[in-house]
Amino acid sequence: MSTRGRIKDFWREQRIFEQRALAASIIVSALAVVLFGRLIWLQVVKYDEYTDLAQGNRVRIEPQPAPRGIIYDRNGEILAENKPAYQLELVPEEVPNLDATLKGLVDIGLIDEEDRDDVRRTIRSRRPFDSVPIRLFLNDDDMARFAVNRHDFPGVDIRTRLARSYPHGETAVHALGYVGSISASDLARIDREQYAGSSTIGKVGVEAAFEDVLRGRNGRREIMVNARGRSVDKAGGLEAIRDTIPGEPGSDLMLTLDLEVQRVAEDLVSNQRAAIVALDPNNGDVLALVSRPGFDPNMFARGLTRTEFRALNENPDRPLFNRALRGTYPPGSTIKPVVALAGLTYGVTEPLAPHYCVGFYSLPGSSHRFRDWKPKGHGAIDLRSAIAQSCDTYFYEMSSRLGVRRLHDFLAEFGLGEPTGIDIGGEKAGILPSPEWKQQAFRKRSDQVWFPGETVIFSIGQGYMTSTPIQLAHMTAILATRGQNFQPRLVRALRDPETQKVTELAPKALPRPNAGKLEDWDRVVDGMLAVMQGGTASRAAAGAPYTIAGKTGTAQVFTVAQNKRYNEAAISERLRDHAWFVAFAPAEAPKIAIAVIVENGRSGSGTAAPIARTIMDAYLLRKFPTVRRENATAPAPNSDVSEE
Amino acid sequence: MLREDVDSTTQRTLTRTAQLLGSLRLDGPLLAGLAAIAVYGQFVLYSTSGGDWESVLRGSVRLALGAALMLALGQVRPGFLRRLTPWLYVTGLVLLIVVDAIGYIGKGAQRWLDLGFIRFQPSELMKLAVPMTCAWILRERPLPPDPRTLGLLAGVILVPTALTIVQPDLGTGLLILMGGLIVVLLAGLQIRYIVTLALGGVAAAVIGWSFLHDYQRQRVLTFLDPQTDPLGSGYHIIQSIIAIGSGGIFGKGYLQGSQGQLEFLPERTTDFVFAVVGEELGLVGALVLIGLYVFVVLRAIFLASQMRDTFARLLSGSLAATFFVYVFINAGMVSGLLPVVGVPLPLVSYGGTSMVTLLAGFGMLMSLYANRKLAA
Repeated sequence: MSTRGRIKDFWREQRIFEQRALAASIIVSALAVVLFGRLIWLQVVKYDEYTDLAQGNRVRIEPQPAPRGIIYDRNGEILAENKPAYQLELVPEEVPNLDATLKGLVDIGLIDEEDRDDVRRTIRSRRPFDSVPIRLFLNDDDMARFAVNRHDFPGVDIRTRLARSYPHGETAVHALGYVGSISASDLARIDREQYAGSSTIGKVGVEAAFEDVLRGRNGRREIMVNARGRSVDKAGGLEAIRDTIPGEPGSDLMLTLDLEVQRVAEDLVSNQRAAIVALDPNNGDVLALVSRPGFDPNMFARGLTRTEFRALNENPDRPLFNRALRGTYPPGSTIKPVVALAGLTYGVTEPLAPHYCVGFYSLPGSSHRFRDWKPKGHGAIDLRSAIAQSCDTYFYEMSSRLGVRRLHDFLAEFGLGEPTGIDIGGEKAGILPSPEWKQQAFRKRSDQVWFPGETVIFSIGQGYMTSTPIQLAHMTAILATRGQNFQPRLVRALRDPETQKVTELAPKALPRPNAGKLEDWDRVVDGMLAVMQGGTASRAAAGAPYTIAGKTGTAQVFTVAQNKRYNEAAISERLRDHAWFVAFAPAEAPKIAIAVIVENGRSGSGTAAPIARTIMDAYLLRKFPTVRRENATAPAPNSDVSEE
Repeated sequence: MLREDVDSTTQRTLTRTAQLLGSLRLDGPLLAGLAAIAVYGQFVLYSTSGGDWESVLRGSVRLALGAALMLALGQVRPGFLRRLTPWLYVTGLVLLIVVDAIGYIGKGAQRWLDLGFIRFQPSELMKLAVPMTCAWILRERPLPPDPRTLGLLAGVILVPTALTIVQPDLGTGLLILMGGLIVVLLAGLQIRYIVTLALGGVAAAVIGWSFLHDYQRQRVLTFLDPQTDPLGSGYHIIQSIIAIGSGGIFGKGYLQGSQGQLEFLPERTTDFVFAVVGEELGLVGALVLIGLYVFVVLRAIFLASQMRDTFARLLSGSLAATFFVYVFINAGMVSGLLPVVGVPLPLVSYGGTSMVTLLAGFGMLMSLYANRKLAA
């Protein structure tokens, strides 16, 4: 058959085909060489690179959290430990209907309705085969409720893990702090690598300050995973290697706190807004650190619901606020012994010469009356009695000779106006006013001027000055030891949990105040002894088998206008004065120095001093009040003694 | 004496085997090559299926069916094949249209017809029918083909190609196109036409590109270089390259490939099986396999060149060369040389009907070779 007259030429066609077949063979061989080249490129030249990538695919590193260090009090009582806790966990891929499951859990009361969206978001952010904790710290009742309904919740189960536990609940919470879930702001400052596998972090207090020591080092385990990230033991001829790099448990901490004393102190102010700091003046050990009201740190460790957090955060008594370290109050008369020491050091007062108190003091050339707390005046009074009776005019007059400069610098040597440097964070500095401070603190020029009258009230701890309870405890400790100055501390030793080797931390000595001769110190201490013997707080010292040196104080919340009398009954409870008391004992060989403040407690002698006395009995005599927590009430405010 | 005995025994065995193969109209070397590939494939399948004997068994059954079909077709007389050709083509075309229509009406991709006992892919039939028809058209015309014939051939090739690509099945469409195109090339298509075709293709691509929207261009670029999209279409190819590269020269060992065994490698029993070979058996294992393929292809081309009949040699040459197109597209795709097109690795990839089609093709080739002296 032919088309358009051409004839089929079989020989020519045979030749063409042979040529084309040859060409095809060459092309096939050439393409095979191209493939060969590509394989050499991948398998020989880039072998190392792809081996690394393949290894990275198959190996996942799983962190093994290290147990957190245990915290003990000074006598070996456990304050914070790790306990197995039961929690509800959910494996997303095993849950047929997530929304229905969560709703069901809300219905049986295992998840808070308010937290449901958060829980859902957390679950969604995890890999489908990861077990996600959705409710921590189940109690027996929760577990029973879940057990009955378990068949309704495929993919949800109860698991055990180690969780932080504070066996004494609220006790010492403001010293210990607590651990809580790692927040976004925590993530921004920590090394994430270190926290892989941890879900909690120390938030405040010792738990936060010693986080690095307590945490230890998480271990790691290498596991083989498949493409979906699931751990696989065996696949084809591959076996999991399971390489484990052990972690290091965190160090145990031995605190300076005395749990029993701490408890006594807390019980004494259980219904108050109050703070107490008790120090060992010989080394700065914090024996008790109380801020009331408190809260249960276990709530944070197990995760607060929104409602719980709101309740804590919006409580007008501010339980989360650490009054001992962060509460700044006018120190009032508690600084008078130090001011007296300043007067003696600079020779601006003659300790035995009588000062005549008429109930008020006026600066030369001024008619303004700076009133004494005792309207009728104390009459003729020397330094010892001025401290004992807390005579204001004595100090008013002395301050004008001392001058604000020297007054400021002298008080600064007792640590006022600066954080004490206690080994946990969050401490406030308070205010130690001076002309320079005023220039910085006020914007308006006219406000920046330091007036002589401001020096006058500064001398009795009023005006701009504010201090924290720990600052006053520290100041009192320096007075107690006649100048020995130790930085307050809560942690006295670390212990390696494996070797049980204890590393004692040396107390940190701070410079002695550059103040007077020993006899000047003794004069001031003598005045503080007189406070307890016939002075403002004598009732609180009654029957004590050891000597107490103390000083009462009152911090005004409400300013009384000139020529008006302070009418207690007329002002509401929240506007009443704060009651201060500082003291140390035994006076001749001090073992404990205390500062107590009871907000709106009105009277240092009536409210604060008996609290200090009970704590001293507990620490020095191991004598504990018979009535505990069950019916703990503070001594009734005593209104017939009132100072200033 | 003893040595001579052994030699003569060996010789006798070989002679007898050759006689047996001759009587079955089979080519010994080609059959050996195919058998070696098939055994290699079953060996790899055991690993890719995670040590599942059942998969190997099913694969072997499929292989046996293909082999039976090959043997049967080997016995058919070339004249029968030639007469069957137009009917096969028309039937295939009609079924292809039916499948596309069902897919269009059902608003879903459709490649097969469910015949109750088997799912039949008309496009698979066209892989054979298109080169057969091209060879059939050219068998009595003077070669190289004139433009009118070329026009006819273009229609014969492009219509089923287009119908397959819209299914959508780009891989099979490409193989149908290549099957037909290779017949035309072997028939002596002049160099000037080849150059024109190539230039035309480039020009069409350039013009087409200028008409595309940005997102469409992006899609084309991602198709050409999937590694620009490492989490989407690039994920498979990146894992596949990691598998091959980490295999090194001698491989990680049989059953020891982490990429394959831990399922990082997608489609490891089917389209990406070559990556498992590269990972577990290394460069050496991959070269052995490619070497076997090249041997089979070259042997088949040689057999085709021995044939005296136009229909026979054009069809045989095309079947041989198309076989290599499979290998090159698949290995090129898996090793990241070519874009991802769904083409299986012949006789090694698990499942699909392509194994049956391929072996049927080789059956026809052997029949044509056995009858090479005759005009088909």
